[in-house]
Amino acid sequence: MGLIINGVEIEDTFAEAFKMWGTRVIITAKNRKWALQAAVTMTGFATSVIGCKCEAGIESELADTPDGRPGVSVLLFTPSRDDLSKRLIERIGQCVMTCPTTACFNGLKSNEQLKIGGQLRYFGDGYQGSKLIGGRRFWRIPVMEGEFLIEDKFGIQSSVGGGNFLILGNDLDATLEASERAVEAMKKVSGAIMPFPGGIVRSGSKVKSRYKFLIASTNDAYCPTLRGAVDSALAEGENSVLEIVIDGLDEESVVKSTRAGIRAACIPGIRRITAGNYGGNLGQFKIHLHQALREGPAL
Amino acid sequence: MTTLHLKFRSNFPLDTESITPDQFKDKPVSEIARLPALLGNQAGALGDFFTIMDDSSPVITLEGDLGRVKHIGAGMTEGKIVIHGNAGMHLGAGMRGGEITVHGDTGDWAGAEMTGGKIHITGNAGHGLGGAYRGSRHGMNRGLILVEGNAGNETGALMRRGLIVVLGNVADFAGAFMLAGTILVFGKLGARTGAGMKYGTIVTFHQPELLATFHYDCVYRPGFLSLLFKSLRSQGLPVEAGWAAGSFRRYSGDFNTLGKGEVLVYAQDER
Repeated sequence: MGLIINGVEIEDTFAEAFKMWGTRVIITAKNRKWALQAAVTMTGFATSVIGCKCEAGIESELADTPDGRPGVSVLLFTPSRDDLSKRLIERIGQCVMTCPTTACFNGLKSNEQLKIGGQLRYFGDGYQGSKLIGGRRFWRIPVMEGEFLIEDKFGIQSSVGGGNFLILGNDLDATLEASERAVEAMKKVSGAIMPFPGGIVRSGSKVKSRYKFLIASTNDAYCPTLRGAVDSALAEGENSVLEIVIDGLDEESVVKSTRAGIRAACIPGIRRITAGNYGGNLGQFKIHLHQALREGPAL
Repeated sequence: MTTLHLKFRSNFPLDTESITPDQFKDKPVSEIARLPALLGNQAGALGDFFTIMDDSSPVITLEGDLGRVKHIGAGMTEGKIVIHGNAGMHLGAGMRGGEITVHGDTGDWAGAEMTGGKIHITGNAGHGLGGAYRGSRHGMNRGLILVEGNAGNETGALMRRGLIVVLGNVADFAGAFMLAGTILVFGKLGARTGAGMKYGTIVTFHQPELLATFHYDCVYRPGFLSLLFKSLRSQGLPVEAGWAAGSFRRYSGDFNTLGKGEVLVYAQDER
C-alpha cells in the first residue's frame, strides 16, 4: 500500500542498518564557544567508518552539565568495542584535552564501560591525580593552561549505525532545502546523530567498485547524470538526490530520527523518498520507512 | 526500627559496638536488649543501660546524653542511626556503609578508618576525625564526613580516600600524612596543616600558615571543585554559587615527603 505525505511518495522499502558500538561524551567549557569548538573538532573527519574509522556527531547542546558549565553532548560510533576505546582516546586526547578550558565527562549510563580518562591520565607524566566524587572517578591532568578534568570511565552500548533515507527531488535547490529541514527536525531526537557534513551526504556509495583497490564507489543507480547510462533507480524528473545517514544509540532512536526527518523533508519539489539497503542480507537491522512513519504520532 | 533512650549517665565509658543496624536487623526488642555492652570493665547488655522501644521505623534512634557512649555504629555496613544528643568516642569508626546523623557533638576518632557511608555531625567533632589509629597505615578510606561545627587535631590524618567537610574551624595537623582524598574546611585551619602529606587535597577559604615545605604554585580554577561543590549543594550545604567559578591559590607539598599533595586556598577573583 502506497504512502504519500504532502504529495511525496514514500517508497515501501527499508534502510539496512548495522550493529555498532556507541557512546556519549559530554564536553563542557568556560563558554558555549569553546564547548562547541571542542565538539566540532572531536567530530571532524568522522563521517563514515569506511574512511574515518568512526562516525561521530554533535547530539545536542546541554543546559545541565556535570560541572554546571555550558556543554555539548557528542555521540561516537565504531564497528567494534576495541575500536571505540582507541577512537575515544585519540579524539578526546587530541581534540578535547587540547582545547582551552574544556572538561570531558561520560554521558552514558551503562554496565559496560571503557577506561578512557584512566588511560589519558598518563599524559600527566606522574603529576596526574584523581578524585572520587559521587561514586565517579575523575582524573586531573596538569596542562599548560591549568588542569584538564576527565572522567575515568565512559559507558558504551551496542548501537545501530547506517540508518538512512534518500530524498529525490526535482532539482538540487529543493532537495537541499528538504534535506536541511530534515536534519533540523532530526537534531531534536536524542540518542541519534547524522555524521555527514551538515548531516547530509551527496556522494552515497555502493559496496565495491570495478577497481580492486576500492571497497566502495559511487552509488551510480542514484546518480542523475548516469540515468541514461546505467540500470538507474531514478525516474525521469528526479534530478537530484541527497542522503541522510543516521547512527543511534539504539534502534528506537534511529526509527524516531528517520520519522522526524522524512516528515520534515516532504515539501514541494520533492518527488520521492526511499532508503538504501543491500537486500537485507548484510545488516542486522531493517528500518522500514512505512512502519517508522506509522508508529509515530498521527501525520 | 528501634529507639534507645539512655537510662542514666555514668562517668565510666559505655562501650556499645553492638549498636548498629546490622546487629539489630530482624531482631525483636527482647533480643536487642540482650546484645552485649561494656560499662567500664563490667559486662552487661544493652537493656541494662537503655530503654528500648520498637517504633517500626527503619532507623535506629538514640536519645540522651551519649557523650560517654563509645563505638556507636562502629563497623556498620548499612542502615541509618540518628542520635539526638552528643555521642562518645569512635562513632562510626571503621563503618563500611549506611549513615549516621548526630544532632550534637562527638568525641574523638569519629569515622576513624571508615571505608564507606556517611557521618553528619551538626555540632563539633573531636580529634582524629576520619583519621588513623596509632600504628595504622590508613585513615578514612572512602565515605563522607560532614561536620557543621569545628573539628579537632589530626582531622583526616593518613586519610586514603573520601571526603571530610568541616563548616567551622579545624585544629592542628589537619590532613597530616594524608595519602589521598579531600578535606574541605570552610573555617580556619590550625598549625602544621598537611604535614607529611604525600597526595590528597585540602581546600580552605582562609589562608593558613603553611609549613615551609609547601611551595606556592599558581592561582587557577580547579575543575573538579565545581563537581564537588555541586555535589555538596545537593546535600544542602551552604555552598555559594561563585565558589565553583572562583580561583584558588595552589600550594604543593609536603616536600618533606613526596610533595604531590595540595592545599587550595580560595582566592576569589585574584589572578
